[in-house]
Amino acid sequence: MHEFDWSSIAGAIPLLAKGMRVTLEITFAAIVFGIAWGTLLAVARLGGNRLLGGFAAGYVNLFRSVPLVMVVLWFYLIVPQALKALFGEGLGDIRLTSALVAFALFEAAYYSEIIRAGIQSVPKGQVDAGLALGLTHGQTMRLIVLPQAFRNMMPLLLTQAIILFQDTSLVYVIGLSDFFGTAYKVGDRDGRLVELLLFAGAVYFVICFSVSQAVKRLQARYPQ
Amino acid sequence: MAYNWNWEIFLQTSATGEGTYLAWLLEGLQWTVALSLSAWIIALIVGTAIGVLRTAPNRWLSGLAAAYVEVFRNIPLLVQLFIWYFVLPEVLPPSLGNGFKQMHPLAQQFLAALVCLGLFTSARVAEQVRAGIESLPRGQTHAGLALGLTLPQTYRYVLLPMALRIVVPPLTSEFLNIFKNSAVATTIGLIELSRQAQQLVDFTAQPYEAFIAVTLLYLLINATLMLLMRRLERKVRVPGFIGGN
Repeated sequence: MHEFDWSSIAGAIPLLAKGMRVTLEITFAAIVFGIAWGTLLAVARLGGNRLLGGFAAGYVNLFRSVPLVMVVLWFYLIVPQALKALFGEGLGDIRLTSALVAFALFEAAYYSEIIRAGIQSVPKGQVDAGLALGLTHGQTMRLIVLPQAFRNMMPLLLTQAIILFQDTSLVYVIGLSDFFGTAYKVGDRDGRLVELLLFAGAVYFVICFSVSQAVKRLQARYPQ
Repeated sequence: MAYNWNWEIFLQTSATGEGTYLAWLLEGLQWTVALSLSAWIIALIVGTAIGVLRTAPNRWLSGLAAAYVEVFRNIPLLVQLFIWYFVLPEVLPPSLGNGFKQMHPLAQQFLAALVCLGLFTSARVAEQVRAGIESLPRGQTHAGLALGLTLPQTYRYVLLPMALRIVVPPLTSEFLNIFKNSAVATTIGLIELSRQAQQLVDFTAQPYEAFIAVTLLYLLINATLMLLMRRLERKVRVPGFIGGN
């Protein structure tokens, strides 16, 4: 039977905290950028322009058909070369940059689908009312439709954020030390992989479970 | 620096001398499909059982099922995979753990990925099945019981035949997800598609060809599954329900 020894976790707390910072950095950057870019994609798909709509549909379907592991690997291939072409050599470690770009562009595809459904949940009369008041299409979208749409889709956006927080652990494939990568390395170094992996699982569980319970309460307080 | 495209790389004999690089890709495709399909069977069976338990009129049973779903939904897939692969063989009784460690490496990787992916997806399937059962009018359960059926019989003959047809469309997206999620098995070394993409990069130094080929294969899988599931959805849809007519 395995003899558990949890002592190496205490000493590794500063390292693990640093890893958690990387995890949170990627998560928040991907949320902010993903929602911004996802909103543009959703509006493009719902707008009248066929070229823009086609581009947005192609973008979303492409990213949603490919495993996240492949997307992370792709951007670890492309981003360094693009940066080299732009700024020349000697940029140091670009793994974090690659991961940030990969997650932001990948999440935008998923957010755009949520936002598209949210926009479609706003009654059409709202658009007509906005236009009748003399607002332009852009103003109607920005001032009338989007605020209501975002309120409706808040629970789904937050749920997606929890999934994203879990998915960032996949930066393991490019060797970036996020929370999980750090836990794995510490466990490997100290020969305590069993304890560190269980600890990492427990930390993810506590965070994701509490946030998802909070989302449920939010949903109950503001019914659709 | 210009990149030297060389698509003929796939026809070259591989560095290990066993077949071409194209054969490597096809082997990866086989493992991806084998892993995803067998994990899907586990996910459907376990997921349906847990979904039924969640609606059971017994607080212990439904609570247990809810706990199961929360555990598998709130831990990242990668962490779950590492726990199955690295942790479980250590904490199991030595006879079982050592038995696992003495298996062929490929069998170890496949088994760990299979159980991990199957149970991870089962929690999602369970949520859909529960929603399907709860979407049925309560009167159906009462009617079944009033006819003298036992509760298990009511599930078997009244609720599940309807609920399982209703949940086919949401299960489609889980079915597509399991193929994408199978790529996580690359982290423990299983030679599925993404692993082969990385291997090809290491062996041929032609990363773009390798990644483009593998991405196209994933797109092909996705399109094929989508086509098959649309057919199934049309076949099983329930007239009068959303999506039916």
